[in-house]
This record gives sequence, structure tokens and C-alpha cells, in this order.
Amino acid sequence: MGQHTTGSDRAIPHFQDGPDHESLLVGHSSQIMERTSKPSWNRALDYGCKICLRGTSYCFLLACQVKRDMIRAIRACKTAAEERAVVRKECAAIRSAVSENDQDYRHRNLAKLMFIHMLGYPTHFGQMECLKLIASPGFPEKRIGYLGLMLLLDERQEVLMLVTNSLKQYPLYIWFYAFDYFSVISKSSSILLRDLNHSNQYIVGLALCALGNICSAEMARDLAPEVEKLLQFRDPNIRKKAALCSIRIVRKVPDLAENFINPAASLLKEKHHGVLLTGIQLCTDLCRVSAEALEYFRKKCTEGLVKVLKDVVNSPYAPEYDISGIADPFLHIRLLRLLRVLGQGDADASDCMNDILAQVATKTESNKNAGNAILYECVETIMSIEDNSGLRVLAINILGRFLSNRDNNIRYVALNMLMKAITVDTQAVQRHRPTILECVKDSDASIRKRALELVYLLVNESNVKPLTKELIEYLEVSDQEFKGDLTAKICSIVEKLSPEKIWYIDQMLKVLSEAGNYVKDEVWHALIVVITNASNLHGYTVRSLYRAVQTSGEKETLVRVAVWCIGEYGEMLVNNVGVLDVEEPITVTESDAVDVIEVAIKHHTTDLTTRAMCLIALLKLSCRFPTCSQRIKDVIVQDKGNLVLELQQRSIEFNSIIEKHQNIRSALVERMPVLDEATYSGRRAGSLPAAVSTSQGAALNLSNGVAKAAAAPLVDLLDLSSDDTPAPSSSGNDFLQDLLGVDLSPASSQAGQAQKSGTDVLLDLLSIGSPSAQDSSFTPNALSKSSQDDKTSMGALERLSSPSAPSIQASSPAGGSPMMDLLDGFASGPPLAEANGPAYPSVVAFESNSLRVMFNFSKQPGNPQTTIIEATFMNKSSVVYTDFIFQAAVPKFLQLHLDPASSNSLPESGDGSITQKLRVTNSQHGKKALVMRIRINYKANSKDTLEEGQISNFPRDL
Amino acid sequence: MDVEDFTMIHFVLLISRQGKVRLTKWYSPYSQKERTKVLRELSGLILTRGPKLCNFVEWRGFKVVYKRYASLYFCMCVNQDDNELEILEVIHHFVEILDRYFGSVCELDLIFNFHKAYYILDEILIAGELQESSKKTVARLVAAQDSLVEAAKEEASSLSNIIAQATK
Repeated sequence: MGQHTTGSDRAIPHFQDGPDHESLLVGHSSQIMERTSKPSWNRALDYGCKICLRGTSYCFLLACQVKRDMIRAIRACKTAAEERAVVRKECAAIRSAVSENDQDYRHRNLAKLMFIHMLGYPTHFGQMECLKLIASPGFPEKRIGYLGLMLLLDERQEVLMLVTNSLKQYPLYIWFYAFDYFSVISKSSSILLRDLNHSNQYIVGLALCALGNICSAEMARDLAPEVEKLLQFRDPNIRKKAALCSIRIVRKVPDLAENFINPAASLLKEKHHGVLLTGIQLCTDLCRVSAEALEYFRKKCTEGLVKVLKDVVNSPYAPEYDISGIADPFLHIRLLRLLRVLGQGDADASDCMNDILAQVATKTESNKNAGNAILYECVETIMSIEDNSGLRVLAINILGRFLSNRDNNIRYVALNMLMKAITVDTQAVQRHRPTILECVKDSDASIRKRALELVYLLVNESNVKPLTKELIEYLEVSDQEFKGDLTAKICSIVEKLSPEKIWYIDQMLKVLSEAGNYVKDEVWHALIVVITNASNLHGYTVRSLYRAVQTSGEKETLVRVAVWCIGEYGEMLVNNVGVLDVEEPITVTESDAVDVIEVAIKHHTTDLTTRAMCLIALLKLSCRFPTCSQRIKDVIVQDKGNLVLELQQRSIEFNSIIEKHQNIRSALVERMPVLDEATYSGRRAGSLPAAVSTSQGAALNLSNGVAKAAAAPLVDLLDLSSDDTPAPSSSGNDFLQDLLGVDLSPASSQAGQAQKSGTDVLLDLLSIGSPSAQDSSFTPNALSKSSQDDKTSMGALERLSSPSAPSIQASSPAGGSPMMDLLDGFASGPPLAEANGPAYPSVVAFESNSLRVMFNFSKQPGNPQTTIIEATFMNKSSVVYTDFIFQAAVPKFLQLHLDPASSNSLPESGDGSITQKLRVTNSQHGKKALVMRIRINYKANSKDTLEEGQISNFPRDL
Repeated sequence: MDVEDFTMIHFVLLISRQGKVRLTKWYSPYSQKERTKVLRELSGLILTRGPKLCNFVEWRGFKVVYKRYASLYFCMCVNQDDNELEILEVIHHFVEILDRYFGSVCELDLIFNFHKAYYILDEILIAGELQESSKKTVARLVAAQDSLVEAAKEEASSLSNIIAQATK
């Protein structure tokens, strides 16, 4: 239960919680004058009276009483378990009432259910009850019914998906639920349609409200004409609801936008604030989805809107709309927003609104939140419309004032806006740099985060040094939870803009010593790459690191870099090679240097990577510091019984190198060649994990290290052949791609082609073999029995033939060679078949009397989420199809990309085919199966034909 | 860009100081599982913030504008580039209307009459957009609908009285 975050309140009975009775508005400025304030302690007692006064009938009182009893009982629970028990009991009672079709208590039960729903318990069984209530004629039932519908009808997408998924995956009761849900949707549509035309305007209002809050695309299409009509309803309160409802419809189905342009434009002429407010909002939304609407409103309405804004700004005091001395700030803001959309990219429209924007920017009171909200919107509009330098100065000045405001909200907003202002006027924003830098140190996390983002944008070559200095100084005192963000930003600034290497190294060492535990791996990897490239700074760097590690030895990444550098450049540390003028002299003995590493490897918090790096550094030092050789050997030997295989192995091997292979040791531990910066940054961009320790290992000829890395994924690969573990396939493929790089892709595409040609042949065979079925009947949109039989037999044939021969044949010559090199001794048979990812049987995705669609599947190695589908369309009729268009839609967890089709005309009688490639990315790979709806349009005998269908027979683990 | 991203207010939450949920209204699609997660994350984020800090928290690429009234936190989730100051006004607008309706509203009112709070919210927001800027109009519309309910109840009870009389 997500809501029960604090355990402490469980111990206190709820009625003793003081704050419950506290009036919410105490201490807040309020415009409500005629309020009767009551002592708060007798609020609870008031309840009985309140309900007596409001509810007159006994029945209603009873209903309330029972509901209140439940709420009381739930509130009195001291533990989550008790609460669950009460809820379970109530749910059981409601369920039995539901099954007995109890009419009297239906609305009471629904009210209870809503409360239970709010606590986070499942309440789907109540959806049908909502329907029954909204279907009943009375207003009270409809009112609670619609409320329940809006609250309980929510699992839209998940449930929709259920129906399209395969039956096996879900238990039966969920199926009933899903069907139940569909009938809820379809029935509620018809009831809504009736209620939208109801004679009682409040019922129309309820229906509009429900539609506006929960309607799906299908409902939107069905009911759009009714809503459009209601935009002209006599009562303004219905017009405003219809306007917001239209917004939802247009968001769901943007194609419907043009129907709403004219009625929306006429709403802009209204006087009623509610209608005006919602009408403006509707126009703004229409402009966002339709260029036609934007053009229309820009031409026809800009001047009118400017006038409306002028009237509102200059309107006299109106108590009904007044908020802290401003008449209807909400209307101000919406007008400014629509003007922004209209002025953006259009000089004439922008020109038209200059005066009024200047007036709003200068005249609006800025001592209250409402006024600042308007100024904020006005600044944003000025920044977005076509350039007017006078206005922009005004806007930047407002932001400057905001930035120095004492109110945190205003400062937050100012930082936010300055980020947008940077693109308009960098210089003006730079002037505020000191203030912004102060905000990075604010006590408020939201403000700090905004300010840091802004500083990041403000850094350039000229100010990088002082800014970095400030930020690093702040790093020392900043909160623990902010250190991560701050470190990442500093590292990014230093990497991006460092003027020279020594500065880069200095700053990175400071960051590592201050916040070494927050530094990401790729950052210190990059640092090492830079260090190897700065040959004149090796001595300086290793000495600086030596000093830093003395004081900040607990920072893991600092220790790693220090260990690496001491291993590589240890003799420079001891012999003071390449001392720079700025350095203080330092005397380090060989045993001091070994001390550092010994301390690191023995420290209890040191992790595996660092320990492994220490062992390599020690091996290197054993050669460089012959006098310490025996001591180093003793340290290395201590790990020979380590439970971690990697360390144990290194320890034993290094020990034997020191003991037995003196002659080759110096050759083995030569200094690392300079690491290539370009290669590293390229690898980083490609987001392949670049482990420096591994490359070091490679230089040391640790061939077994590499082989081990390869072995693990191989095991995964071999496991795969059992076919019921989809998860490892990804890692296997990833690894293979890393390993083989480009070499693999031609192999796989070749395999795909081979597979395709195989099935094509099969298709041809089958279609030629059953000519009678094609000729006999030609009725589109119908699946005849015979064709279904045809389909199943076909599917079976497919499965037998396609995956077996072609894929293996194709992969072995091309994919084999790079694999062989790497694995030489390994059994090469089984993994080869898997090198292209598992092969999937192709399916007959759709079949009618006139058309057959086949899908072939392939995957790119290394990308298990994405499936490449090759769709092949066959014409089963005896006429040519022209203007052939294939469309497909997928649920939200999938992404679909359609390549152009090979042709748009389809020859008759299977005499040829159209192919089209689809790329589907499954974000829930391994969890949910693919599913797709398709629609095919074509002309047969110059008659438009439409075929639709749903494909749910995709292979399981795509 | 998904067209639905234009929704101004993605959801409205009322959370008590103890982390109890008093009202939730979702204008963008969230599954039940996601909702529970959102509530858990946000109460952790918001309830722990100090009193003097700004009223905005950044969360999953959205901004949550919240304001504390006595024991209750009113929270609304909006897009990155929406006007946070205006949302604060919307929240206050809602609270004032609740206050006018219940007569110095407190958390208990919203617990026992949570459906009334929803009715009021439905007169203020639809599809995550503001519907009415006049508190008076909202109050009038809610009262009119309440009295419709009253009238229906009375009618029902008098009918049942008549039936009871007739069948005696």
C-alpha cells in the first residue's frame, strides 16, 4: 500500500489527530468574508447535524450513516493488516449486494467503493455498478454513477492489452474482467450519447464532464458531433464544459480538429468568463495540433484577442473575479498564452500585440503571487514572439527583479525562465551570474537544481576557471544528496571546456578527493586516458595523487586513479622526475609508494575492481622497485586463497611471475602505451563500457582474463537453445555484438534473406496449389471457414520448414569466421545457430478471401527489443489491386516504424507480391508479446476496399 | 510528441501530513500500479520538504506544484514549461471554494464528504484544464445540483410514504 508511508500514525487513533479538525484556510489570505468560523474542536460533533440538515430523508441518512461507519472503522484501524481486514469484509458485502442486484443501496455501495479505491484497493468489480447507476433515470444516481465511472474506470491500456494477448498467459477471471470492461466502454458510450441530449442541463453537464475526463479515442470519434453541437448550447455553463470536452477529443483524435475551428472561434467573442476561458484554451490546443487552425486564428482572431486582453487589463474592480486586486488572472494568463502561440513565427501578429504586452509588463502589480503569475506568462510570451528589442529588455529586467526576490517560488521561476532567455540574450543572463551562482548554494533542493542547470549553460571558455573554482569549493560543503548532480556537472564542464591539460588534471583531482564516490566510471577512465597522453605531466600527476590519497584515502575512485598512476609512474614519484615550478618538493621512498597500495588493498571497504588494480600495480612496482620486491611478493601472496576467483588467480599468477619468470617480468610489466583519446571518446559515445582495467590486463597478456569474459556469455548462449529463457538472450547478443562488431550484421541479413526466399517459395507453392479457393468467392472483410483451415495448415507447414535449414546454412560461412578465431578450442556447433539470435517461425498474419499477409521475423543481434518484420502481401483474387496501402497500429509499449512498401499495386492471383519492412521495438520485451492492428486499403476494379484485422499470433518472445 | 502531453494538469492529489491520500484525480492515463507508485514517490518527496522552501518539486521530468493548508497537502502535477505560479492560484481557488462550500473546511470534511470534494473539483477542472474562474459560479452550480438531489430524495420518501399508506 503506497499511501501508508509513515508507520507512526498507526499508533494514534485518528480522532485524536489534531490537524484533522484544523481549518485549512487558517493563516492563508482569503477573500471570503461571509464565513462563519467555528471552534475547531466540536467539528467532529457537527457532523451529525450537518448531515441532518442536508439530508432530509431517513433513507439517505441511513446510507450516510453506514458509509460513515465504514470510514470510521477504517480510520480506527491501527495496523495495515486490520485495515485490510475491514476492507475485505466491506468488499465482500458489496460484492454480494452487487450479485443480488440490490437497488436501494447501490449508490451507497458505490460511495464506499470509491473510498476503498482511494485507499488503493482493487475495485474493478464496481464498474458495472457505475453503469447501472448512470443508466438509471434519476439525477442523484447519475451523479454518483458518473463520479464512480471517472474514478474506477482507469486501467484502460492494461485491460485493452489483455484482450489482445494470448489466452494462455492470463487466468480466466481476468478474461471475464476484460470482456466486462469492454461492455462497460461500449455501454457507457451509448448512455453518454443519450445523456448529452438530455433535457436536464445538469445531466448534460455530468455527461460532458465524464467524457472530458475519461474518453478514449473511440468514444471521442463517436461523440464528437454531439459535443460540437453543445458548443452552441443556450446555457454558458454547458458551453464551457463542451469546450473543455472538445479539448480532450482533439487531443485524442487530432484529425477532428478542423471540425472545431469555427465553433471555437465564435467562443472567443463570448462575455461569460468561463466560456471565454475554456474557448481560449480550446483555440490554443487546436493551434498546437493543426496548422490550419493556427493560420485561421492568426488571421481572424489576433486583433480581437488583443482587444479582449486590453479590456480585461483595464477592467474595473469585479469582486466575482478579483484575486489580490487583479481581475481574473486566469483569463489574463490564458490570453497571453494564446497570443504567444499566434505571435510565434509571425511578425504581423507579433506587432499587433506589442503594445498590450508592454502594458501588462509594466503595469501589473508584482507584490502578490497572482500578479507575478501574469508577469511570468507575459515574459514568456515576449521571449517567444518575433523580436522586439524594447520588449525583451523589459522582460529581462522583470526576470532580474524576480531573481532578487526573497520569495523562493519567484526565484525558482526566474531561474527557469532565464534558461529560456539564454537563447535570446546570453549577455543579459551572464550579468546575473553571481546571483545565479549563489542560488546553487541555496538550501532549497529545487532551486539548487535549477540554478546548477543554468550555470552549466552559462559556462564558456572565458569564465570556466572561476566558475569551476566556485563550484568545487561548494562541493566541499554541499548536501550529500546534491553531490551526485553537482559532481556530474563539474566533471562535464571540466571535460568540455578545459583550456589545458594541467588544469584538467588539477580540477579532476580536486573533484575526486572531494566527491570521489560520486564520480562515474567513465569520468575517471577518461582522466586516465588524458593522463597517459600528457607525458610531461606524469611526474606531477603521480605526486599530486600521492598527496591527495594521503588525505582522502577513502574515496574509491581517487584511490583507483592513484593506484593506477603509481603502478605506471612509480619511479617518477620516488625520483622526482619532471618537477614543475608550481610544485612543492616532496620526498617519497619506494616503500612509501608501496605503502599506499598496500593500505588500499587491505582497506576493508575497497571493492573488487580496486583490489584487482592494486595487484597489477604491485606487480609493476615489483619490477620498478627491486628493493621492495620481497615485500610486494608477500602482499600479493596474501590473496592466493581469496574466495573471489579473479583475485585468487591474479595473486597466484603474479606470484609465480615474480618467483619464476624474472627474465620476462620486465617485458611483461612495461609501461602502458599511450591510450588513444579519439578511440576512447568514440567508444564512450557508442556507450560501450570501456574498462581501463581490462585494457591493462590485455597489455599484461592476461589471456585467461579475456577468455573468462567470453566464456560467461557463451554459457548464456548455450543455455538459450532450451528456448525458455528470453532474458539471457539479450546479454548474449549484446556481448556478441561487442565481440564481433560489424562482422555479424551481414551474416544476419543474409540469413534473413535466405529465410525469406525460402518462405516465398513456399508461399508460391501454396497459392498456386489452391486456385479453386481464390476464384470461387470474392467477398472482402470476411474470413471464410475454408480459408481459416487453409491458414492453420499453412502455419504448420511454415513452422516446419522455415526456421530449420536456411538460417543455419546462411550463418555458418559468414558468421563463423570471427567466432572461430576467438573461441578456437570451443565446440563451434551449437552457438553458431544462435549467433543471429533465435530464429522465429513466420506467420500468416492476416488472411481473407482476397488477401493474405505473411510476416517474417528477424532480429538484429544486440538489440533484442527490436524485431524486424518483413510483411509480404499476396493477392488471392483475380483482379489487380491498385493504390495498395498498408497501415498498422500498436499499443503504447511498442514502437513501430514502417519502411516504404516495394510497390503500391498488387498483381492478381498471387502473381507477385508487395513486401514492406516494419520495425517494432518492444519496451516490455520478455514481458509482453507483440500485438498489432492492421488496416489495408486498396482499389479492386476501381472500387475502394478496406480490410482490417488484429494480429495476435506473433511468436511468443519477440 | 504525444498529443496528450499538452494536458495542463496531469493529476490532482490531496495528501495528509501523515501520508494518507484524501483525494486523487487523474487526467492523464496511469494504471493502478503506476498510481500507487506515484503516490508513494510524491508523498516521500513532498512531505519531507521544509516549510520555507519553494512550492515546486521536479519529478520524472514533470513539475509537481504543492501547497500545504493546515494538515493537507494539495498537489498538482504539470509539465516542465507550465506556469507554476498560476497552478498555485488554481490550488488556492479550489481551497477557497471548498471553504465556502463546507464553511471553514477542514480535513475531516474531506474525509467524510469526499464525494462532495470530487463534485466541486469537477466543476473547476475538466480534462486537466481550468473550467471556471468565478468562485461564485462554481458554488452556485454545485448547490443547484445538491438541491436536485435533495428534491429527488424527498420525492422518493414521500412516494414511499404514500405506498406505505396505501398498502396499510
